Amino acid sequence: MTPNETITAPKPKAREESATAESTSRLPKMSARDVSVFYGDKQALKNVSIEIREDRVTAFIGPSGCGKSTFLRCLNRMNDTIPSARVTGTIELDGEDVNGSAMDVVQLRARVGMVFQKPNPFPKSIFENVAYGPRIHGLANSKNDLEQIVEKSLKRAGLWDEVKDRLEESGTALSGGQQQRLCIARAIAVDPEVILMDEPCSALDPIATAKIEELIRELRGRYAIAIVTHNMQQAARVSERTAFFHLGELVEYGKTSEIFTNPRQQRTQDYITGRYG
Amino acid sequence: MSSSTSSRWTDREMTKRVRRRYRSERIFRGIGFAAISLSVLFLAFLLWNMASKGIGGFSQYEAALPIDFSKSDLFLDPATIKGPDARTTVAGADLSTAISKAAEAAYGPDADRMFSDAAVDRLTDAIVANPDMLTGTSTLWLPVSSKVDIAAKGKGDPAAEKMVSALEQKHALKRVFNTHFLTSADATDSSAVGVWGALKGSFYTILVTILLSFPIGVLAAVYLEEFAPRNHWTDAIEVSINNLAAVPSIIFGLLGLAVFLDVMNLPRSAPIVGGLTLALMTFPVIVIAGRNAIKSVPPSIRDAALGVGASKMQVTFHHVLPLALPGILTGTIIGVARALGETAPLLMIGMRAFVAAPPSGINDPATVLPVQIFLWSDEVGRGFIEKTSAAIIVLLLFMLLMNGVAIYLRNRFERRW
Repeated sequence: MTPNETITAPKPKAREESATAESTSRLPKMSARDVSVFYGDKQALKNVSIEIREDRVTAFIGPSGCGKSTFLRCLNRMNDTIPSARVTGTIELDGEDVNGSAMDVVQLRARVGMVFQKPNPFPKSIFENVAYGPRIHGLANSKNDLEQIVEKSLKRAGLWDEVKDRLEESGTALSGGQQQRLCIARAIAVDPEVILMDEPCSALDPIATAKIEELIRELRGRYAIAIVTHNMQQAARVSERTAFFHLGELVEYGKTSEIFTNPRQQRTQDYITGRYG
Repeated sequence: MSSSTSSRWTDREMTKRVRRRYRSERIFRGIGFAAISLSVLFLAFLLWNMASKGIGGFSQYEAALPIDFSKSDLFLDPATIKGPDARTTVAGADLSTAISKAAEAAYGPDADRMFSDAAVDRLTDAIVANPDMLTGTSTLWLPVSSKVDIAAKGKGDPAAEKMVSALEQKHALKRVFNTHFLTSADATDSSAVGVWGALKGSFYTILVTILLSFPIGVLAAVYLEEFAPRNHWTDAIEVSINNLAAVPSIIFGLLGLAVFLDVMNLPRSAPIVGGLTLALMTFPVIVIAGRNAIKSVPPSIRDAALGVGASKMQVTFHHVLPLALPGILTGTIIGVARALGETAPLLMIGMRAFVAAPPSGINDPATVLPVQIFLWSDEVGRGFIEKTSAAIIVLLLFMLLMNGVAIYLRNRFERRW
């Protein structure tokens, strides 16, 4: 399947109601079993098992230092860049072991894209920022092709109308919210299957945050999305599933509506009612 | 309650403390200003000293000399002076004696040594350009010897001063810009020396240095910073490179002598050996500057590139290196400027030889500007004093030019992130 076909023929937008019935028959997009992460001697994550569905937004919440970002970075092996980090357990993408020898880390990161906490556009033009991924993976056959991918990605990230006349300007000259949407456009330009977002709104003002959230709702169904957030209202607004992490453990994982209205664990109850965190 | 609070901020102890703080700030500013003033003073003194001494080296007195070629026994036939061999033919004749004889005839018996060695070259050029002058008498303006030149500039001995006043009475003396100084190489006669040979030698040497140390230094820095595993070996290498940067330059000269001349048998006194030796010296500076520049590239850029599936190599060469380049270039400027001004290691590998012809390649015997300055400052002839200062001015201008180019390049690559 060429990337263009995937872009022009999006998967049907799935909603929470229909997804519940449908997804029982489907394999999860990504699944983690007994994942533990050590930084040197310190254990940052303890035996986390979780499944991420293709058609849903999954939110990871929890207080600072609870391991939610660490877990997110395991999913596309960004922890490889930290020399002291050690990961145990299995993580699978479509049934393939992410840490296995058959999995190429460069391809994995193209399939599992990432948006970081601080907007980090390359100090290059807006066009180059989006075109970089498709170019290094050879996804465009011609200049025209590349321009189409850039336009499509920017449109999908809701940035096209704001930047279409100044694609040659530096990506770092945009405002914070625009930069973050540029980073999202950069991530979806390589047509990933999963998008990981590590507190994508924590450096943004409320208006920019609202735009990103709207964008996440629009991208839902097309990509499996996992989002780490400090903001519980945000998790409630954008996600269908929520996982609550505390002190390196996965305390509770379930439907967002249930986690927020009727948590099973006392610790979850304490956190969402603002007793700590 | 409120009165006690306000009194705490306005009581005498507090006022004194505040005043003390302002005073220490004033003192610090004063010291800083004094330091800056002192360094500006030093710089001004250096420049003024060099300029006042060296400016004379760029000018040269010339005297008019009527030459009767029919009496000069040159045995040159104007008809044979043409084509590519014309210069060789003319240079084969005894022009030096012809000038002495003509000078004696024009200005008396003491005048036989009043013209510079450079006058022979000038006469050669004149004859090649116009062979027909050999059939009659021509008056030429030729550079005078350093003795007369110094006297004309007001610092000569009585005999030379007498000759100068005699020439001035006949309006046969004039001061001109010394193009010979900028176009020729070393000579025994101080009025015939030039910096072009040393300038070319410096250029070739620095070219070899940059071509070797920049790519090797940058690649070493990239490997150590981005790819090398952190273990005892890389720690040892890091310590060694840091130490290498602090090794006295003369040691590098001895190393160059032992390795490049004795073992590899490269030509002595050649820019290639000088360049190799200086490259050894510059390399650690570039590695250290390069590593620091690479370290200062924000990790978020690396994450961003890795996040879209770039390989380590792509992250390094598409993102990290371009962003680190301004810093690397700054380090390179410092290293190369130091190499350009270096004398000691080049003495060791024979670049202090007397070289009368500018080098035409990196394998020809050559000297470099700082070594040339060192050699001239050692000469006994009084004419060399102003030539030494003039050569220093040329070296400073050359450095200024090179740094200017490097800073221009750095600013072009500088980007915000």
